[in-house]
Order: sequence, then C-alpha cells, then structure tokens
Amino acid sequence: MADQPDPANRYRLPSLSDPRGLAGPAVIGVIVLGIAAAFAWVAGWLSPERLSPARMVDTLESLDGTHAGFRRAHAKGVCVAGTFESNGAGVKLSRAAVFRPGKVPVIGRFALASGVPDLDDGGIPVRSLALRFLPPGGDEWRTGMNNIPVFVARDAASFRELSLAARPDPATGKPDPDRMKAFLGTHPETAHAFQMIGAKPQAAGFGDDTYSGLNAFRFIDAAGTATSVRWAMMPAAQPTAALPKPDAAADKNRLFDALAAAFADGPLQWHLVATIAQAGDPTDDATAAWPQEREHVDLGTLTLDHIEAEAPGNCRDITFDPLVLPDGIAPSDDPLLSARSGAYSESLRRRDGEAKTPSAVQPAARKGA
Amino acid sequence: MARPFPLLSRLLHWLMAAMILAMLFIGIGMVGSLTDYHWLVSIHKPLGAAILVLAAIRLVNRLLNPPPPLPGGMPGWQRLAAHASHWVLYALMIALPLVGWAMLSAAPYPVILYGTIELPPILAPSPETFATLRLLHSVLAFALFATFLLHLAAALMHALVYRDGVFESMAAPGRLRNRTG
Repeated sequence: MADQPDPANRYRLPSLSDPRGLAGPAVIGVIVLGIAAAFAWVAGWLSPERLSPARMVDTLESLDGTHAGFRRAHAKGVCVAGTFESNGAGVKLSRAAVFRPGKVPVIGRFALASGVPDLDDGGIPVRSLALRFLPPGGDEWRTGMNNIPVFVARDAASFRELSLAARPDPATGKPDPDRMKAFLGTHPETAHAFQMIGAKPQAAGFGDDTYSGLNAFRFIDAAGTATSVRWAMMPAAQPTAALPKPDAAADKNRLFDALAAAFADGPLQWHLVATIAQAGDPTDDATAAWPQEREHVDLGTLTLDHIEAEAPGNCRDITFDPLVLPDGIAPSDDPLLSARSGAYSESLRRRDGEAKTPSAVQPAARKGA
Repeated sequence: MARPFPLLSRLLHWLMAAMILAMLFIGIGMVGSLTDYHWLVSIHKPLGAAILVLAAIRLVNRLLNPPPPLPGGMPGWQRLAAHASHWVLYALMIALPLVGWAMLSAAPYPVILYGTIELPPILAPSPETFATLRLLHSVLAFALFATFLLHLAAALMHALVYRDGVFESMAAPGRLRNRTG
C-alpha cells in the first residue's frame, strides 16, 4: 500500500464530496450486496415458481381451506396405540432395531387424506395409517401409509398440478374435465396410477384396509448392504366386523365410529410386509408398481389395541415425516420423500403456532379386550 | 501496527466463518426447496452441532488468548460497534444451534446427526414451544446473516479504506509475523 491515509483522518467516513475516497466503499458495497443477492437466490426469493415447502402448503390451504391447528393434509384423524412384534425375518435385510425379534411400542393415527378436518367420511376414498415405532434407546421410525397401491404423482410439482386440476370449479362444483384431461395427457403415469387405484377392491372401513408406504426405501443390513424395498400393512383376518353399519350413511363419522367399535371388540392386527425390489424396478417413481411376483417378506405383526381422540401429547402433535428413519432404513432416490418431509415440517410449523380446536372424531377412549 | 490474532484464533475464525456462512445458505435453501430439503437438512444438523462445539472452544480460546487491541486512533463509536458486533456474533453462533436443538426436541423430532449418532432431547415435546422456537430460529438466523454482512463490510473497510492492519491481524497467514502499518 503505497499511499497510506493520513492517520489523523484515517477513520473519517467517506464523503460524497471526495469521489476518490468512494472507490473502496463502492467495492465493499458490491461484495456485500452480491452475497445478499446470492442468499436471496438460494432462498428462492428471486424464483417464485420454485416449489418450496411454504408454497406447497399454501396450495393445500387454497384447496381445502386453512383450518387453524390442524395438519394441512390428513386433517381428520384419530389416535391409536399398540405394539409391533417383529418376527426377526427383517434382520437379514435391515439392521434397524425395530426388526430384531421382540415387541416395540407403537403409536399411530388413522386419517382421511384431505385437509378438511370435519369432512364426511365418505368425502374422500383415500385413507391413511401413520405409525411411529419407538424402540427403547432411540432409533425411532415414522411412516405414513395410504390405502392406495401406488401414489398419484411422480413428484411434488406434478402432485401440486394434479391437485389444482382436480379442484372443483366453483360454477359447477365439479373439476374442470378439460383441465384434468390436459394434465393426464402430459402425465400418463398418473393416468396409469388411477387405473391401478381403481382396480383395487375398496375396503369397507379403516380396520380391514391395506396401507402402503408407497415410496421406495433402502434397507441396510449389518454388513452395510442395501436392499430396495417398499412396505405395506396388510390386514390380518379381523375376527369382528370393523365395518360401518349400512344404516350409518347419515353419520359423518361412520368410518371412524366403526373403527372405534371394532377396538371395543378387541385389538386389530396387520402384518408389515416388505416387497423386495429387483434390478430395474423403479425406486424413484411411486406411481409405478413393482411386478406382482416380487418376493414379499412378512416382518412382523402390528397390534393396535387402544384408540383415543386427538389430544395434547398424543398423535395429534406428531408429524409422521417419512424421513424420520432409524439406522438400517435409508431413503431411496424417490423425490417425493424429500418433498413430503419438507411439506410436513411446514404444516407442523404452521399448526403448532395456532390455537387448537377439538377433532371431529371423539371416540370414547378405550382399550381393546 | 496491529499485532496478529493468535494462530489458533485465526484458524477457528476462518474455519467457523466458512461453516457459518455455509450454514446460513443451507438453512435458507432448505426452507426454499422441497427437492433439496432433505439433503440440506441432513447437513444442517451435524454442521450445527459442530458449530456449537467449536463456538464453545472459541469462547474459551478468546478468554485465554485475548484478541489484539484495536488501533488507538479508532473513534469511540467504531470501537463500540466492533466490540458489540463481536459479542453479538458469539451470542448468535451459540444460541442458534441451541435453539435448533431445543426446537427439534419440542417438535418432537429425533436429533440425528449421522447414522446412529443422535443427540438427546433437551426439551419436552410441546407444540407451542416448537412454534415459538422455530420462529426464533429464523429470526436469529436472519440477525446472524445481517451481523455477518456488517462484520464483513467493516472488515473490508479496515482492509481497503482505513488500511490500519486490523484486517491483516485476522487475515495474516501462518505464524506470527511482524507487520507494520
């Protein structure tokens, strides 16, 4: 530095009256603003078309309304609890604690796949079972499953577009058929998924349905070897009729009421079944089924014996983020997983900051026989 | 003129500068993209834990190895701004990871750093607490980014305009070297 500033005036702030002194501050301004601009770009503030968790949840709110305190999807639900008894068959596939032989406490939630918390139970055919496995000593596992064999969209952007295309036209009360046709024209995977979903026999109620994890995951064994899998909860033959009575059609909560009645008769059971992928089976596309003949491994039995209304501290306050995974289960390359995790987190952030109102589903809390 | 910072202080400063700047961009990036959310979150948590540990080490180091004094000619308000901003930076680099950890505990989410390395919860689950801490985490992160920009601007003012050796006292490479203003 040849020209040192006069020490006496060194710390004078630059003045517009002396343009020679402005070069340094100008360079600094460019650097600082450049970093701030990079920050804004990474934040997505310069690209409003980017699909952020907030934008996705905004879309859900625009479709189903904003219902303070409730999750933005699968809003109407009920809490359950029980145990998962692993038969040990999963140990060769995954080192996760939950698959060692023995029992693990589970809490869960049955819900309708809609953001409307007081929806009529017949209002949407898609129903869900979300579970939280809590082995002692950590290694928690959460999964959100639905009663459809494949998902309806390949990625979050398509799901958002599909949701908007399926939005009822205010004039007719029905979705605009042209808009849906246009969407299906550009998304044949969704058209195919709709066929698969339509071909599945509709279960009568929550208690006798099959709930699929939809997304692929990787089971990691003790040696570190990964196996691509999908999983589903298959109903055990339920001894009692967990079904809504035919005359219950006027009851908005008929499916939840039937579920509560079934719990009164005894625990409900499902088998956790993993489907093992073979090379070439798509792991990044939840709309695409794997061939029927793939190996299925029964990993153990889920026994749910307790049902209660959503309340502080129970399943109400849990987000069933499918990427809360134990060591031994890892995400696949399915882009929906990151999207679900991000959107669920945003939904939790919003609803946890809002006043809570009681769920429309209020079964008398009961323990199964 | 200005004596350089001790070598360990300079190492910690530049290491943490890179980590904290990366952390701020990762944090704002993950809430801005569903596609990138998961891989960014999975870096955010262990990096935050590492920053908390390093910040604690750095605080102890600062007490054991005090920084060189500011040049005598600096006006009072600039000295005040320098000292205040440094303590704000320390406070935020410790508070942000703690708030993040507490917020995940309250959510509740397991605080998994990597594989089986998991931090215990430091708060009981509570939706209200999660919502408050989640907001606080954002507010403090923006405050840290703003303070970082001011800190950078001030450092560059020392380097390019005041040329008083303050920038060099932190930017000096290698072992202690005699510097003249």
